[in-house]
Amino acid sequence: MKRQFLFSMLVMFSLVFQVKAQDNAGLTLPQGFKANVFAQNLGSPRHIAITSKGVLFAKLNYPNKEGKSIVRLEDTNGDGVADKNTAWGNYPGTGIYVKGNKLFTSSNDDVFSYQLDANDEVVNPLNPTTVISGLINRRQHESKSITFDNNNNLYVNIGAYSNACQVKDRMPGSQGMMPCPILDSAGGIWKFNANKENQTYGNGQRYATGLRNVVGLDWNNSTNKLYVSQHGRDQLNSFYPTLYTDAQNAELPAETFYEIKEGDDAGWPYVYYDPSMKKKIVSPEYGGDGKKEGDAKFINPIVDFPAHMAPMAVLFYTGNQFPEKYKNGAFITFHGSWNRAPLPQEGFFVAFVPFKNGKVSGEWEIFANGFAGTENGVKIMNPRQAKARPCGLAQGPDGSLYVSDDAKGNIFKISYQK
Amino acid sequence: MGRKAFMFLVLGLIGISSKTVAQNLVNGKKIYETRCLVCHQADGGGVPNMNAPLDGSTNVVGNDISRMVKIIKKGYNERVALDGSYYSNAMTPNPDLTDAAIADVLSYIRNSWSNKASMVTIAQVKKQVVKK
Repeated sequence: MKRQFLFSMLVMFSLVFQVKAQDNAGLTLPQGFKANVFAQNLGSPRHIAITSKGVLFAKLNYPNKEGKSIVRLEDTNGDGVADKNTAWGNYPGTGIYVKGNKLFTSSNDDVFSYQLDANDEVVNPLNPTTVISGLINRRQHESKSITFDNNNNLYVNIGAYSNACQVKDRMPGSQGMMPCPILDSAGGIWKFNANKENQTYGNGQRYATGLRNVVGLDWNNSTNKLYVSQHGRDQLNSFYPTLYTDAQNAELPAETFYEIKEGDDAGWPYVYYDPSMKKKIVSPEYGGDGKKEGDAKFINPIVDFPAHMAPMAVLFYTGNQFPEKYKNGAFITFHGSWNRAPLPQEGFFVAFVPFKNGKVSGEWEIFANGFAGTENGVKIMNPRQAKARPCGLAQGPDGSLYVSDDAKGNIFKISYQK
Repeated sequence: MGRKAFMFLVLGLIGISSKTVAQNLVNGKKIYETRCLVCHQADGGGVPNMNAPLDGSTNVVGNDISRMVKIIKKGYNERVALDGSYYSNAMTPNPDLTDAAIADVLSYIRNSWSNKASMVTIAQVKKQVVKK
């Protein structure tokens, strides 16, 4: 009897807990928003893209258990959960973008395009067109994120294969190379023709430089400009313990969000952005002492975020579903940090930056939180403890926002109800 | 009994008393916290896809001490699968660490978190480097 009672209590508890856990898929959202899991167990979905009919494509960082690396998800009965799932492709990579009736994807070396038919099915899964090939991939910062303007141009990030362009990467005391030779072929955004095949470096142009590694980028059609979020450098304290304490390293440098004009230089590796001084500071590898200001020719961020949180995707919201304040503002996913150790890790959320008339119009705020899944203020000491790590973003035709999680393979759907 | 096994036995009997074992682990922990922790993390779990885990790693607890010594001294910048996953960051070399310090930090990571493996002696570090 006692045992039965205990058992029924246990069942009740777990039921209550389940209902609570399912509430908004465990996410904390502003008033009026709700979330559900649109798809799960996908492997490692990085960037995502949605067609005008609401078909969602996800690029997997690594091939899944079946060896496939691009997933097509469709919610055919309109219940908010994907019920038709097909997959193809076998190459790693991050980038994916729908432009007209083409689906563009990126490996860590190339950009491909696939043809979509009237039902947004891929016509040529086994024979994509090679748009760009031979982009630098030296393991570190190898992902190639892509976005497009409305003028048939494709923008691709080529990350620097280095932390701070030292003669010997991540070697204490090794000086920065002057000038940094990595910037000739990486550490920036390159612009290519979206309609041409078989392009490589010679066909493209370096659109912006001095960007260590950009994973999140988006073209804003209302301002007609490119916006990028950079992953700042690591390890100021471990390489320069006399200049930086553990606590300072945990807050330095800022993760930066830039508005980009053609030819801009954001200053990596020569400077980093100090969020408390609101200044560009000369990197210690280039003679900096933690205080010396860098050259004014380098551009300033339009928003600076806390250090090491790893911005993964940028999306300018153009839908009509969310309240007015979100219109034309930027959502940015944060993967969550690792380089704050020994201090607790931070991030693991989706931020929102309000824009008005094409300019940042207020402080950034956390839009969706709780991805890490910790309760009662338990701190994440290692990013692998996070239950989910926000990565890609896409806007559905009805104005819903989709967020991918490349740690556990979920896609969350966030909607607003008046 | 092979020569190697005999060496181990001798070292085990005369080289490492329990008092010095504790001292070696304390030393190793200190080195770990200043040089390794920022990337490999406080729980030895590394960072998914970026920095390799040490906790539960077959390489770390395995018998190929020379490989570990070489990675600590020279750093690492190759793409290889470790227990089924890939890690992309370059590992910082530590050319200034003494053989004793390497033995201590290796002993520490081989006996921390869920790891349980033999202590590494200075003789092993020396020998393996010559053999390399």
